[in-house]
Amino acid sequence: MKEQLLRIYHGFGLPRLIIAGFLLLLIIIAAGTELSVAGLLSDALVRIGQNGIYVLAMVPSIQAGVGLNFGLPVGVICGIVGVLVAMEFNLMGFFGFTVALLLAIPLAIGAGYLYSLLINRVQGQEMMVGTYVGFSVVAGMCIFWLMAPFRNPALIWPVGGQGLRVTLTLADTFAGVLNNFLSFELFGLAVPTGLLLFYTLMVVLVWLFFKTKAGVAMEVVGRNPRFAAASGLSLTKYRTLGVIMSTVLAAIGYVTYAQSFGFVQLYNGPLMTAFPAVAGVLIGGASTREAKVRHAILGVVLFQTLLTVAMPVTNQLIEGNISEIARVIVSNGMILYALTRATGGDQA
Amino acid sequence: MSVPVLEMRQISKSFYGTQVLKNVNLSVGRGEIHCLVGENGAGKSTLMNILFGMPVIANTGGFEGTVLINGEPAAFDSPRAAIEAGIGMVHQEFMLLPGFSVTENVKLNRELTKPNLFSRVFGRKLETLDRRQMAQDTRAALDRLGMSIDEWVPVAGLPVGYLQFVEIAREIDKDNLQLLVLDEPTAVLTESEAEQFLAVIERLAQSGISILFITHRLDEVMAVAHRITILKDGELVTSGPTSEFTISRIAELMVGRKVETQARKTWRSRPVKDEVVLEIRDLKVDMPGESLRGIDLDVYRGEILGIGGLAGHGKVGLANGIMGLYPSQGRVRYEGQEVPLNNTQAALKMGLAFVSEDRRGVGLVLEDTIANNIVLTSMQSQDKFLKPGILKLKDEKKIQAHAREYINKFDIRCTGPDQIVRRLSGGNQQKVCLARAFTQEPKVLFVSEPTRGIDVGAKSRVLELIVELNQMGVTVVFTSSELAELRSIADRIAIIYEGRLAGILPPDAPDVAYGLLMAGKSFEEVETP
Repeated sequence: MKEQLLRIYHGFGLPRLIIAGFLLLLIIIAAGTELSVAGLLSDALVRIGQNGIYVLAMVPSIQAGVGLNFGLPVGVICGIVGVLVAMEFNLMGFFGFTVALLLAIPLAIGAGYLYSLLINRVQGQEMMVGTYVGFSVVAGMCIFWLMAPFRNPALIWPVGGQGLRVTLTLADTFAGVLNNFLSFELFGLAVPTGLLLFYTLMVVLVWLFFKTKAGVAMEVVGRNPRFAAASGLSLTKYRTLGVIMSTVLAAIGYVTYAQSFGFVQLYNGPLMTAFPAVAGVLIGGASTREAKVRHAILGVVLFQTLLTVAMPVTNQLIEGNISEIARVIVSNGMILYALTRATGGDQA
Repeated sequence: MSVPVLEMRQISKSFYGTQVLKNVNLSVGRGEIHCLVGENGAGKSTLMNILFGMPVIANTGGFEGTVLINGEPAAFDSPRAAIEAGIGMVHQEFMLLPGFSVTENVKLNRELTKPNLFSRVFGRKLETLDRRQMAQDTRAALDRLGMSIDEWVPVAGLPVGYLQFVEIAREIDKDNLQLLVLDEPTAVLTESEAEQFLAVIERLAQSGISILFITHRLDEVMAVAHRITILKDGELVTSGPTSEFTISRIAELMVGRKVETQARKTWRSRPVKDEVVLEIRDLKVDMPGESLRGIDLDVYRGEILGIGGLAGHGKVGLANGIMGLYPSQGRVRYEGQEVPLNNTQAALKMGLAFVSEDRRGVGLVLEDTIANNIVLTSMQSQDKFLKPGILKLKDEKKIQAHAREYINKFDIRCTGPDQIVRRLSGGNQQKVCLARAFTQEPKVLFVSEPTRGIDVGAKSRVLELIVELNQMGVTVVFTSSELAELRSIADRIAIIYEGRLAGILPPDAPDVAYGLLMAGKSFEEVETP
């Protein structure tokens, strides 16, 4: 019995126990205030589903030895383009969502491939380079948003007839298609069934991939490139595959995020998307060299719940708007913590 | 005779319970060229580390015995103290700053300075460099070595041979230099450079500097040494004036006969079938530190071919080159079929397997489980352990069963197939590597240094396993630095010297023949002058 508990404890890791304990404490405090605990948890579920795929996107890049994918905006942009095209033609509901996905995925494959060409040339500094690729792509796309040949008056600036607006609403097209699918309410707790199901599907696909021959090869390349070479594996091939998978997941993640959030934010909107995702997978117990699917799941649940629960609660207790500051401190502090430890993993 | 410059008495040293030096005595007189010879692992470097007060000695519990400089006890606690006492050392690897000029390198950290306005105010650190005087000193040192190069040339572009001279110039520029230690200085030199180098050494000795010269080239030893000391397995074999030795005598004493492993005594003189399995022609391998410069070798079906030679001469380059881990060129044919070079996948698919000498770096995925390490290569190159279907999912059940089988068969001490390989001992890690090779069901197996860094018990088990595999019909190419080990299980032993094949010997050939081949001399050459 004791041994079993110890094993669970070691598998879970001390940092996650502390965070989970802290969360529990917050929920108890919340129950004592006028906040609705069920409402908070409903929000948390939505945010978990909304951000889950971004966090999942970190797994293939880490496992392929490329490290955390700070270039997540590359995929996010592809997702945005998919969503915009679907909106341009006023495609509604599931059809619009599917079209957006079908457009975003091939775009992400192409963009991911180009991104991997760069990543494979800067071995050892992928994360640093990725960060700046992400920033640059977002900045570069600002020009595109202004010039892009979209004609739907709902998308472009009312004056001038060209250039996309900063914030677009999905309310008329496919906002909430997943969230509302089979959703139900239990003791005031709204469950976004479709969103969670779609997230689960992605999780299963990624988990399944790492059970295949190619998935195992990718892991070996990431863990010991020299062993992989001695087993006849092409490092470039699997690193490329890892980057492409991560980019595609980011694109899918965006389309999912947008339908749940209900808005598309252009220009500098996607600038920081990588950071909460990175923080999420790290909180889940991953390191820069080792990330399992369970780390991604655990991480997004802990991190997003913490954000949704902690902020209103602290706002209740402390005067003034501290929530945004706290969010930035927690997420960036977590990234800093993880980057300074080379080992990490379950020992982190 | 006057007091010797250096005397080391009754030096003993052990690392983590392994005795590497036992009561070694060494004495070097003024102006004497003293050659220290011995196989790899004989204890030469440890002895020099003790002399130099390297931190590694103090960190591992110090040493026993006394060191006397000019008759006075002097145990150095840091290389700095040794240098101050007048001992200079030229290492095998060059310690020069490539972007600096010859002068700057020679005078590094001993720069000559003259005072200026700022230094008067702020202290000596800000004094101006006296570049003219520095250049003059360097010139003088270079002239003593008979070097004509300009003293302001950057070191970066100089040929390797010159670097060696710059290192020596740096040492002799130190006014108090009494003893110069040269660690295999000629290994990287061409023949004419080496000759020039030896001439310089003799000149230095005549000027009163004592020289302790470590080399594997026995003809050099005979040419310049005044006295010779031979070490073997951490013990002093003999020491005496050069006139008491011949090349073959040194070779014999150096190699000696060690305790043999019991892996295969009974079928020592097994006849080798005359059927070539692997035909290697003019193979060149660009492996840093172990390059092959063109080798022709035939491997016969069903034999264990031993590959021996001293470190740095290219013996481990052979397997690494054929398996495509390092860039190589030449021709390799397996059963008459061309083996594409620089293509690991193709080599694996043809039925060649490799157990790397770098167990932790190349041989294993340390963070992965025993089971995965055993099956990974087979899964990736032969599609084994996969469930049927287009997804190619791995067959966890089969993998576990297979791993359990090998854990039992090889006696791998572990908690189970899911234990992380990093936590295993060296010997058990090596067994995992061999299990991986067995799993590939190879036709030819390359094993490099399988017993390096593992304990005695595991050693003999590993050798037994290699023999077992061989009895199942696998041709084995077995590379090892330990001659005794090669002789205990190989049918023939090829000795590599300076990237080329020096010769092939049967395991029962006399010690002297091995010693000579390792030093680049053939038996006949020496015995029939």
